[in-house]
Parts: sequence; C-alpha cells; structure tokens
Amino acid sequence: MVNRPDNPAPPPGGQPDPAAGFAVTEWLSDSGGSSDVVISSRVRLARNLAGHPFVHKATRDEREAVLQTCRDWILSTKLSERIMWVDLHESPAIERNLLVERHLISKQHAKGKPAPTAGTPVAAAEEPRGVAISIPDERLSIMVNEEDHLRVQMIRAGLALDACWEAASAIDDKIEAGLDYAFSPKFGYLTACPTNVGTGMRMSVMLHLPALKITGDIDKVKRAATDMNLAVRGFFGEGSDAVGDLYQISNQTTLGKPEGAILTDLQDAIIPEVVQYERVARRNLLGKRRVALEDQVYRALGCLRHARMIGADEAMQLLSLVRLGVVLGLIDEVNAKAASLLWLLVQPAHLQRVVGRDLDQEHRRIERATLIRDRLRGT
Amino acid sequence: MKCDRCDNDATVHEVTVRSGVKVEKHLCEACAAGEGIAGASLGELLTKFMTQDAEVGAKPKHVHKPRIAACPGCGFTFDQFRQAGLLGCPACYKAFEALLTPLIERAHEGATQHAGKVPKRIAARAAGREDEAATEAALARAQIRERQERLKVLQRQLDEAVRGEQYELAARLRDQIRKVDITIIPKPKGVQERSEP
Repeated sequence: MVNRPDNPAPPPGGQPDPAAGFAVTEWLSDSGGSSDVVISSRVRLARNLAGHPFVHKATRDEREAVLQTCRDWILSTKLSERIMWVDLHESPAIERNLLVERHLISKQHAKGKPAPTAGTPVAAAEEPRGVAISIPDERLSIMVNEEDHLRVQMIRAGLALDACWEAASAIDDKIEAGLDYAFSPKFGYLTACPTNVGTGMRMSVMLHLPALKITGDIDKVKRAATDMNLAVRGFFGEGSDAVGDLYQISNQTTLGKPEGAILTDLQDAIIPEVVQYERVARRNLLGKRRVALEDQVYRALGCLRHARMIGADEAMQLLSLVRLGVVLGLIDEVNAKAASLLWLLVQPAHLQRVVGRDLDQEHRRIERATLIRDRLRGT
Repeated sequence: MKCDRCDNDATVHEVTVRSGVKVEKHLCEACAAGEGIAGASLGELLTKFMTQDAEVGAKPKHVHKPRIAACPGCGFTFDQFRQAGLLGCPACYKAFEALLTPLIERAHEGATQHAGKVPKRIAARAAGREDEAATEAALARAQIRERQERLKVLQRQLDEAVRGEQYELAARLRDQIRKVDITIIPKPKGVQERSEP
C-alpha cells in the first residue's frame, strides 16, 4: 500500500476511532526479552547515495531528485509485506508529530531542515523528504532526506538487537541492490556527520529504570555508560529528557568496530548488566522499603485515576510508577501493556488524534486526564 | 606536511601569485626565517600587534594561514564544515582527509579504519579484481613452468651435443638457452610471488 497525496491511506495507528482504540505500535507491546526493564531495541543505519551532495548542502532540486530516486526504488522493491510511504513535505504537522511520537521519524525530520535557500520554519517544512513504514507492525521505517539521504530503522519490543540488526542489514542489502551507496574502504559508509561514519550504525535500547531513579543509582549507570563511550538519552532521543524514567542507551563509536562486536557488547554484556542492576534495585526497594514503594505507586495510580487536568510529562512520570507497581505485582488491577500504551497516547499528537480535533494546551490537559481516567478505570 | 627544505614540519605557509602563476611555499620556522618570510613566533606577533603604533609605516610581512582547497565534489571548504558540523558531499572525506582524520580519531576511540559491513557491490567488485589478479598470477605461473620445461629440454640437448662433440650445435643451443633466460616474465601487479614446488 502506498500513501500518496492522491491515494491517502490510514496513518499508522489506524483511523481516529477512540472507541476501537489505537493499534499498539509493536515496540510498545511489552513483549520480548527482559520486557520488565527493556521496552524496545532499535538499530538504525545511515546511508548516502554516491555522487550526490549531502542533504543540508543540496539544493531543493537535488533533494527532490534524491527523494524520487529513493522513493521509486523503495516502493518497487519488496522490502516488507506492506509498505506505506508518506511525503512529509505534503503532510500536516499533526501527522508528522504522530510519527515522531511513534518513534518512526525524528523530530528533526518532522520539522524539516532548512535548505540554503529555505531559512524559515515554513520553508523548512516544505523541503522534499519522506518516510517509508512497514505496516501494520511499524518495525521498519526508512527516512529519506533527513541528515543523511537514507536512515533505515528497525525497532522491536524487548531486548532484540540481534533481530533488529539482521532485519535492518537485510533491508540495507535490498536497498543497495538498486542504489549506489557512498562508501570508502577506509572510512566505511560515508555520512554527512563524521561522528556517524564507518558502520553508520546506531544500536539503542530503551530501558525503564524507575528503581534506579528512586535509589539515585541512575547517575552511576550514566557515568559508567559515558565511560564506555555510550550515549544515554531520553524517551525521544537526542536532547530529550528522561521523562517516565525511560532511558535510551546507544553506541557512539561507529568506526573501527564491526557491527557484530557492537551488538555483542551491548546485547550480551552491557544491557544485561544494567537490567540486572535495575532488578536488584527493585528487589531491594520491595524488601527494605515496601510500604514506601507501595505508597508511591498507589499515589501515582490514584492521581492518574482522579486528576482532571494533567500535562504529558507528569502523566508519563506517574505512569512509570504504575508500570513499576504492575511489574512488581503490587497492583493487579492494571496491566503493564495498558500503562505502556498510555505513554504513547498521552503525547500531544496522539491525544488530539484520539479526541479527533486540534486542542490548545489547556484543553489537552483536560482531555489527557479524561483519557487516562477512562483507560485506568478499575478493570 | 613536511618543510620544503628539511625534514621538520612545515608551520609557515606562503602563497604568492606573480603574473597569474601561484607559488606555494611550506617551510619550518627555521627555514622560513632563513628565507626572510616570517620567523616570528606567536608571542612576537602579538607583541607586534600590541606595539603596532611604533611600527607604523613599516612594510607588513604577511603570514598566510594554511590554504585549504575547497572540495572538488561540492565546493565546500573546511571552514564551512567547521561551522555546519556536517560535510558537503561524500568526496569531502577524500578532499579533507588530512584535516578530518584527527577529528574522526577523537570521535571514534582512536579508530581511523572501517571494520564492518561492506556494500555487496563493492565487495563483489573487489572480489572481481582479486579473481582477475588470481588469473594473471596463474597465467604467469604457467608461463614460468613452460619456460622451465623448455630450458630442461635445451639443457639436455646441449649436454648431448657436447658429449657428441657437436660444437656448432652446442653453441646454437647455448645461445637459445641464454635467450630463454633473459626473457623474464613480468610479475603481474599486486600479486605476491609464490614459490614454485
């Protein structure tokens, strides 16, 4: 299926039908390995076409040409059972933000990058760029004309970096069969930013670390990660805060190590250690501060069930505690999946999609509280 | 970059254009001072700027910054890269390799060589070159074997001729052997010589 302006297809997440609810994006399905701590795994590959200027240096015509070449090849190759294409420069802001919240495109890609001639945000939003998404699973997304010509992303629930890497590499092979990549034997895959050169690969794992946050040991994790040349970021990646006690840990070095080595380091050594650290912290809280923990968890649930107005960040923080309570068996009237899904639904674009109309900030707070109350009603 | 005159690193760079012809000089400080270009250290230069009043009227001596050519692929300069944090095109990596390498080294835990996936097309092309090289090497080995066989035959005939006191024939055979000997088969490029059994 192809979503072109002349053939609008339903956006990811299905039609705005609040009664039926949103299709759960696969990575938030609370499944996969170590899902008590690991929310999702992601691999992204940065690729560029040989003989073309990088996106930020390219003129509008050059960007348009790259977009067309990539779009035509992506849509003519069987990359997935069903692929949806979105021309972002022709999509309304709310659609673009929906994709950001579902982690299918970056914030930067939603905004668009100013070309040398396009200095204003409006002009930036009109710069030719797009994204291909596999549906309905939304595991694969390929951004075209972000910082690099192509950014292939594979995302899965739980700790599944190996599956993500295999799938992303297979897609990469299929794309490469028709498009000539910029590659040098010395520097590997050539990227617009030299910090991505080499494998062009970023592997990241999203972790839910509420116990380490409560005990304060999260700072130790951050320091250790930094010492190992890993980046620790928030829910929405680069430059975002760790709302909802959600942290993304990813490799920063992309040159000099093969993909398999980075994979093994993260999947078999570093991430299991962090997971273990969080589990021990959870057990300690249960053993030594059970009542205090129950108090925090139930206050969070109470607040979510009774609030009449609530902001997204506050909601995420309270949902984090509720999820912790569910995973530890302190709460049995809510399931972890429902709490995880709400992380997504309380985001502005999703909220407006569920409600079915544009909302100003105050109305968003009201509608958000209503939505959460509905969803967390004693089930 | 090495000094044009000695083995020291060049720290003084001068570009002059005379009647349309560009002349570049890259010298170490000592050689530059010898040439009278600019032997001034940074400290001296600063002092000069501070006390410029005293020097008014003196002919200024120009110290040129290292001149970095723009990328032939996209016209991007290294200064533009510094500002943008992004390179202009894939060819920039080659154009600015010397300047980029230290930055890349810092960003990637000291690594400057890719180790990892290689696009299938490029791997296939490299394999194709290897095949070609292997074929050339096999051909060369066959030629060498053939030559050795021929030499053996000639040597045997020569021995027989000498034994039979056919000196005229022996002389001709010797000449032929010499001819074979000096017909050295060129070693194909990029192929390591392998010892023949």
